[in-house]
Amino acid sequence: MQVPILKQGPYLIATVQSALTDDDLKELRNVLVEKVGHLRSRGVIVDVTALDVIDSFATRTLRDVAHMIRLRGAETVIVGIQPEVAFSMVKLGLTLEGVATSLDLEEGLAYLGRPGKASGREGRRDPG
Amino acid sequence: MKAVAIPVEVRVAVGADVDIVTARQKGRELAAQCGLSSTDLAVVATAISELARNIVRYAVRGEIVLRAVDNGTKRGIEVVATDDGPGISDVPLAMQDGYSTSGGLGLGLPGVRRLMDEFDIVSRFGKGTTVTVRKWRR
Repeated sequence: MQVPILKQGPYLIATVQSALTDDDLKELRNVLVEKVGHLRSRGVIVDVTALDVIDSFATRTLRDVAHMIRLRGAETVIVGIQPEVAFSMVKLGLTLEGVATSLDLEEGLAYLGRPGKASGREGRRDPG
Repeated sequence: MKAVAIPVEVRVAVGADVDIVTARQKGRELAAQCGLSSTDLAVVATAISELARNIVRYAVRGEIVLRAVDNGTKRGIEVVATDDGPGISDVPLAMQDGYSTSGGLGLGLPGVRRLMDEFDIVSRFGKGTTVTVRKWRR
């Protein structure tokens, strides 16, 4: 199951559309880490609204994505974790510590675009 | 608690990572038929995902059996994850948070126990492991 990745200005938006196997998740991780350099992206959004399960492997892979993208000089936001998915993750003992999350795609874009962050708008940054 | 199986049973052979997805989708379907809430559907699917992954990771091959159960007062779903893999040499240790032998997060079994209402594990070193969990309709 391939995850479509859309380039929108300085950002990449990966929209997960159905359940992913472990191999699909690894593939998504590798493609994003590659593409963020190829397209010189400043930020990556991974939209997981469609996922009904985020288990230990998916959590670890999403965290790896965020950390690898960080090492590549860009920022990652995971958006769209559903309430029952969040509930299950916490019960299982999983967190996405150190990884930015937003409610949905709109909030994710707002997060990446906030002044002084990975928006490519450094010129307009407020002094102090 | 005595649980009587009503004649709905789904068996999923688990031998590759695609089977993990199949097992949790079948489990979610059956749990929905048993009338579990949407939160509990996600909880059950997540628990099945962890149990199925343990089979693929540690035992290579096994089976997930899903059953609708009825204890006389309420309905629920039973998930039995069986493998004939190496078994777990120290079950109490494996049930501690943070323990793992495969470089995973080590939260598999204690996390699954937290997710479900009932949890039982039988493991014989060198013979295999069977984990039985149940979730009751609220």
